[in-house]
Parts: sequence; C-alpha cells; structure tokens
Amino acid sequence: MDRVKAPVFRVSRWMLFFSTATLAIITASPLVWMISASLKEPGEIFNSSLLPQHPTLDNFRYVFTQLPFLRYILNTFFVAGTITVIALLFHSMAGYAFARLRFPGRESIFLIIFSTFLVSLQVIIVPLFILVQKMGLVNTYAGLIIPVTFNAFGIFLLRQFYLGIPADLQEAAIIDGASYWGIYWNIMLPLSRPILSALAVFFFLVNWNAFIWPLTITSNQDLWMVQIAIASFQGQYSAAWNYIMAASVVVAIPTLVLFFLFQRQLVESIKTTGIK
Amino acid sequence: MDDQPRLSLDGVQPSSGRGLGGSALQRRGQTYWSRSRKEALAAWLFILPDFIGLLIFVAVPMVLSLSLGFFSVNGFGGYKFIGLANYSRMFHDPLFLESIEVTIIYVVVLVPGLYVTGLGLALLVQQKIPFIGLWRSLFFMPYVVSLVVIALIWKVLLIEKVGFLNQMLALVGLQGQAWLGDPKFALGAVLAVTIWFLMGYYMIIFLSGLQEIPREYYEAARIDGANAWTMFINITLPLLRPTSFFVILVSTVAAVSGSSSFDLIYVMTNGGPANSTSLAVFYIYEQAFKFNDYGYAAAMASTVVVILLAITVVLFALTRGGRFHLA
Repeated sequence: MDRVKAPVFRVSRWMLFFSTATLAIITASPLVWMISASLKEPGEIFNSSLLPQHPTLDNFRYVFTQLPFLRYILNTFFVAGTITVIALLFHSMAGYAFARLRFPGRESIFLIIFSTFLVSLQVIIVPLFILVQKMGLVNTYAGLIIPVTFNAFGIFLLRQFYLGIPADLQEAAIIDGASYWGIYWNIMLPLSRPILSALAVFFFLVNWNAFIWPLTITSNQDLWMVQIAIASFQGQYSAAWNYIMAASVVVAIPTLVLFFLFQRQLVESIKTTGIK
Repeated sequence: MDDQPRLSLDGVQPSSGRGLGGSALQRRGQTYWSRSRKEALAAWLFILPDFIGLLIFVAVPMVLSLSLGFFSVNGFGGYKFIGLANYSRMFHDPLFLESIEVTIIYVVVLVPGLYVTGLGLALLVQQKIPFIGLWRSLFFMPYVVSLVVIALIWKVLLIEKVGFLNQMLALVGLQGQAWLGDPKFALGAVLAVTIWFLMGYYMIIFLSGLQEIPREYYEAARIDGANAWTMFINITLPLLRPTSFFVILVSTVAAVSGSSSFDLIYVMTNGGPANSTSLAVFYIYEQAFKFNDYGYAAAMASTVVVILLAITVVLFALTRGGRFHLA
C-alpha cells in the first residue's frame, strides 16, 4: 500500500518538513536575536542584520563590573535551589502517604489539597504579603523561600507515581520489619529518582524565573533575584538595549542550558501534568 | 510504567467514591487494629509539613482575602471596619471596570488561541519528519525563558520605527506601528507574545494526549476510506476530550488569575498605554503595592476568586468532569 502512494507522499512530506522547519526557526528567532544583540555595539542594535558586524563582549563586561550581578545570580541559585530541595522532600513524603498509606479521610484531604492548585499567587498575594510581613519575613531569604515552597501540583504528580509502584513491595518490607520512614527513604525515594530529577529541573526553572513574589517581598537590593535585577536595570538604562540584552542573556542562559541538558525529563514532567 | 499508575488509580479509587477504601479499612480494622493506627499516624506525619505549609501560605490567605475586603487598611497597618464600602467602590471605579473588560477580551482571545496553536503544533510535530526532535525543542524553547526576559526582548523588537518587526514590515511595504505605544495594538501585542511563549507548553500536553490514541483506529478508518479531516473530526477530537478539558481549564485559570502574563505586562507595558493592558490582577496589584490600598485590593481580589470558582464549576458541569480522573 505504501509503495503505491510513495510519490505523492514524498512531495507532501517535503512540504511538511519545510513548513515545520520554517515555523520552528521563526519561533526560536527572537531568542537568537537577543543573543546577537548582546554582542552588538550600541550603535548597531537597531541594525536589521541578524549577525553583529563587530562582535564584542563589552556589554557583558559592563554588566558584571558596573552591577553586583554575580550577587544576584548567587542569590537566585540559593533561593531556587533551596526551594527545589525542600519541596521535593516534602512533596514526595506527602505523595507517598497519599498513595500507599491508609488512613481515615485520605481521599477528602487529598482533594482539598489538590484544589489549592487553582489558587494562584497573583490572587492571594495581598493577604499573603500582609501575613508574611507580620511574621517579620520581609527582606529575608526565608521570606523569599518558605511561602512559595508549598504547591499541590508536586504532591499530585508524586502521588501518581507512587500509585504505580506495586503494593507488594511495601508489604514485603513491613514483614521484614521495616518502618514506614525506612520504606519511604530506602525503597520509595530511590525508585522515584527519575520523576524526582524531572521535577527538580522543573521547580528550579520556575523559581529561577520567578518575578512577582521576589518583587513584592524584597526591597533590599542585597536580596534581589536576577529577574528583579534585569527588570529594574531596564528601568534605569531604558535606552541602553545592548547592556539590557547582555544582562538578559546572562539570566536566560542557565535556563536554556538546563533545557538542553534535561529536555527529556522536563518534557516528561510536563506530560505527566496532562491528566487523563 | 506509563500504564500502571492509571490502572492502580482506578483500583484504589472506584468511581463510586470512598466505598471500597472505607470497607477495606474496616475489614482490616479488626485483625490489624494496631497496625492500621500506626499506619494512619505515620501517614499524618508524612503529610504534616506540606499540610501546614499549604494551610498557612494558601488557605489562610484565601480566608484573609475574603475578610480583608471589609476593612480599610492604612499605610501604618491600622485596620478599620468599613462594611461593604470597598465592594460598592469597586462597582463605581471606572478603572476597575475597564480592567475587567480588558481581562475578558484577554481570556476570550488567549484560551482559544492557545488551544488552536498548541493542538496545531502537536499535530505538526507528531509527523515523522527529519530532525523532529530539534523542531519540537525550538517550539518549546521560549517557554523555559523567564517572562521578564521575554518582555525585554519583545520591547526592543516592537519599538516604534527602528524595531525589528517594523523594519521587516517596511521590507514588504507595510506600515509599521507603535505596537506597544498605541492603545489599539498593545493588548494584541501582549496576547501575541503570550501565545508565542506558551504554545510550546500546550504542544507537549496535546502531543502526549495524541500519543494515547490507539493507531488501530486510524488504520481502520483509512481502510474505510476516511480522509485526514474526517479522521481528525471523528477520532482525534473526541478521543482528545480529556486533554482538551485539561488545557482549557488550566489556560483559563492562568489567564483570569494573570499568572500567564503578569510579569510580561509589568515589564513590557506596565498596564499602559491608557490602561489598555491593565488586567484585573495587574490593577489589583497596583492598588495594593503602589497605593497601599490593601483593603480595596483584597475586595477586588476576592471578586476575581469568585469569578474563578464560577468558571471552574461551569467547566466541570459542562463537561461532566471532563473524565477528569482525579479521585
């Protein structure tokens, strides 16, 4: 059957190939433009050529010497990294309990927790800020980290994963005298390494890119995270687009590198969110 | 591995609700009394950290937001009960009403826009084409970059006269515009950038939905002489219903609550020009953190919460849960 169809098929396949490739390249081109602009001289930025005529690293040198940019990067690594580690620990504990331990009210508590996923930060940010202010956490690392560590999505995904692990495994371990913590730590956690690494990439990305919460909770520049830094940098140097694009590249590169290194995990973790 | 979670999910939670789990617990209760208590205690300890965290940082703010709306809060943290004053002020505030209007246009364009682009791209990259992995990555790439960076890039690309887009338009003889400086175009620009940013994410979701559809259905339809379009209408779309439900729910919630473009608007247009991109959540944020009017902001925010809840309930009712196997 395929042989009969072959000639027609080949033409439409090439058209499909070219239209997909063109669309994909157009989609990615603004990011390529950003990188190119970051290497351009100030006068050249609105030159429509995609490649810089005289590539220079001056813009990057400026960003790192004139601003405490390294500090912002370290802040962001620290905050995003800490949130990722704590969130993975807590969510995997809760996910395991909801999937594999029996207790009264399990389903209703899970539903209540899951329904909080509809509540986005933007919607509760005013009372949340007032609450965190009352706790004395404004302009602290704790204030940047703790309030945004808890989310129902991670719990849900890990629960789904643990439901797929055969219950016999736990029964056998209990007969061998293992404690629940022992089962979680020695059996469940090692088994869930793939999904944990996928979620780790995802959580780190989300928190590296976070803007509204750090914007609200920190006014002290020493605590700034990179997104706040580039946003306010743009406010100060509104026309110096070559510097702004260089700073943007510095902020975007870690996420793009993470993406290319852990593409499979990232895509898997998004796929699992598409609940069926 | 992909199949197991759903199998056991159905086993643990039959559609009849908590019946089976409860009776199993009772049956075990007599023989394993001490074990089931130990198990329940352990479960609570495992859940406790997340439970407390969600309680303090999500549930309490939710309740606070509903009550805070009845107070006037001054810059020094003084609270005064003012009844429904914030709520009646809301309905007479032209800027708030305008922001609701902007939000409605935004949601009505964004949700179908993401659905069509996401599904379209998924159908495209589902084909067997050389380097398909690369093309998928390129479509998805904008999504991993922060919205702040995205906003900065497009701010330059859309600059009046000398911006890249206007230069490209001039090449083909079209008149450039002040895309971000003209109230007629700014919301459209924000929407286009948001769709460009998010379509790769929805492409992945749709792709995994498409991969769940058994190949045999298409084979059988092809033998019966069906063309691509009838197969799409009669096989793909109906079998994608759960994925579609998920996409519409998530994109609507994200659009109304502004999580899909708050950062973008903050950096790219700051709600302007002439409030044309001031989404309700953006206006609320300004009232709270620019003018310190926490009580008024909370009143408006709780209105948005009510709207969100209503949308969710309607979506669930319309689709009878969209076969949303949650519990």
